[in-house]
Amino acid sequence: MTRRKSDVFQSSRPVARAERVTRRLFLKQGLAASSTLVMPVVGIGASVSQAPDTPPPMKPLTSPGLPFSNYGQPSPHEHRVIRWISANPMAPANGVSWTPLHDLEGTVTPNSLHFERHHNGVPQLDPARHRLLLDGMVERPLQFSLDALGRYPMVSRLCFIECGGNSSAAWRRQPLQAHAGYFHGLISCSEWTGVSLATLLAEAGADPQAGWLIAEGADAAGVSVSLPVPGIIDHALLALYQNGERIRPENGYPLRLVVPGWEGIVNVKWLRRLKLASEPLMSRYETAKYTDLLPDGRARQFSFPMQVKSLITRPSVGFNLPGPGAYEISGLAWSGKGRIHRVEVSVDGGKSWQSARLQEPVLPACLTRFRAAWRWEGVPAVLVSRAIDENGEVQPSRDALLAARGEHSRYHYNGLVSWLVRGDGAVEHVYL
Amino acid sequence: MSICEPAPCTGYRISAARSTSRNRFSIQRRMYPLLLAVLMAPPVAAVSPGFGWGVPASPEDIRANDYLVTKDGVGLPPGGGTALEGELLYRQRCEKCHGSLGRGASAEELVGGIGSLSSENPDRTIGSYWPYAPTLFDYIRRAMPIDAPLSLTDPEVYAVAAYLLYLNHLISETQVMDAQSLPRVVMPNRNGFVPAFP
Repeated sequence: MTRRKSDVFQSSRPVARAERVTRRLFLKQGLAASSTLVMPVVGIGASVSQAPDTPPPMKPLTSPGLPFSNYGQPSPHEHRVIRWISANPMAPANGVSWTPLHDLEGTVTPNSLHFERHHNGVPQLDPARHRLLLDGMVERPLQFSLDALGRYPMVSRLCFIECGGNSSAAWRRQPLQAHAGYFHGLISCSEWTGVSLATLLAEAGADPQAGWLIAEGADAAGVSVSLPVPGIIDHALLALYQNGERIRPENGYPLRLVVPGWEGIVNVKWLRRLKLASEPLMSRYETAKYTDLLPDGRARQFSFPMQVKSLITRPSVGFNLPGPGAYEISGLAWSGKGRIHRVEVSVDGGKSWQSARLQEPVLPACLTRFRAAWRWEGVPAVLVSRAIDENGEVQPSRDALLAARGEHSRYHYNGLVSWLVRGDGAVEHVYL
Repeated sequence: MSICEPAPCTGYRISAARSTSRNRFSIQRRMYPLLLAVLMAPPVAAVSPGFGWGVPASPEDIRANDYLVTKDGVGLPPGGGTALEGELLYRQRCEKCHGSLGRGASAEELVGGIGSLSSENPDRTIGSYWPYAPTLFDYIRRAMPIDAPLSLTDPEVYAVAAYLLYLNHLISETQVMDAQSLPRVVMPNRNGFVPAFP
């Protein structure tokens, strides 16, 4: 009988499950069982002959189950799979919540677990009253109600949104010991559906001389950013739907600008205004913030597409490998500039690399799941992944990134991420 | 289907989009001649080409929605204020989070660090990092104080901006900040940003 992978990679956080298993073992087979635990081997096609904690075969229920529900919820057993919130207690509406990448599989993020970055809270907007204003360098300034926007032909894009500040802890001098999602989880992937920006600009009669589009949100922080029209006109959309349902309030309900592959801040939530202009606004969000300070004192600005990047999510910090044997290494790769071409995985800290298998579909500016088989011998091993996108851009080592950008960049970390699997099976974050 | 693309079809919505209530893009075969006739007709006057589901926004609509202030100060409203006036406001509305004299509390530092950006410990503040002074007005008006954005009057916003510029030694205590003077304040890091795109 094949055991579920999740039983093998016991994350340290869902302690309850591990405790339950241990207790059941103890009760059923006595103390001796725990010291003669047969190591399960799963995940790479191998099956386990006898796992000591395998429960007896499932019998069907003998009474009716729960009734229907209007809106489904996760199993109560999954209550530890949550967004971790980091906010300033003095301003609790200013902060982030992290997607628990280490607890998730596949590539699409459940709407309830999509990361959040709010600069001052989640507006509660009434769609009946919300309007989008489109003005500036246009022949016809226009306003659109949500009903009006909903009448336009729509397009869908499966793509990631990554905060420019994702992985910022990796700039620190000491490796942070936190679950992978709780310092790399300001990225999520959804199918966004809405009206293409090009359609609406044509409606208003956009001036071809207008090089910049200024987008503003209706939130209490008044987030406002400038986007180069030629860079976004072919792929930006005004999203009304996220994974098939209306966008969640914390993701911009009822209207969000989505620019696939571009840093999170320009995917303006609660969108209330688009203004075409000849120059960028130079707002706080594109000067004081989301800019990368370089060693010479200058700062990189408008670094819109998120660079090629990857991360092993399983195993990662918080997982405990129960013993030597065959495991699957699983992770995510992405590039804001196109498709992932290849992901390489090393289990010896980057001395040697092997190509991982890319799981279909492999889409531009979208999370791509990679998988690699691995036999752990029970000795310390350093796991790293390295992504290469279709433009040939290679995810840099942390040292190379530091050499190019210095220590004070703060944003846009896309260097390699390394996990040490210790001899006892626990996983630590290390720098190579 | 292809005739329903958002190309320069003018007024086809009248027949096509409203022809069926359940699916406005499924056009019955028998309607093609009618649709073609509509598509080939001259544009309907005073209605935008294409779909036309937006409604015109009047200058009043735009003004009522307009909080943008550009780097050069376009959009700055009438009124003005000085650091002397801003100091009291700062103590009442800002100091709790930003600390006395713009440093040392839970929110980010607003003052100091000029010349530190290439050092071992760069200090990114309004004085050391922000390239344009009108952005101060744009941001404070729309976003601050964090517990009550848009609660300051325009002269109050000017006064708080003046106080922060004064604390950064960029203007004097009595210099009036207004639509003319604020864009003229030379920020030390004006030329510090290098665009990475394209």
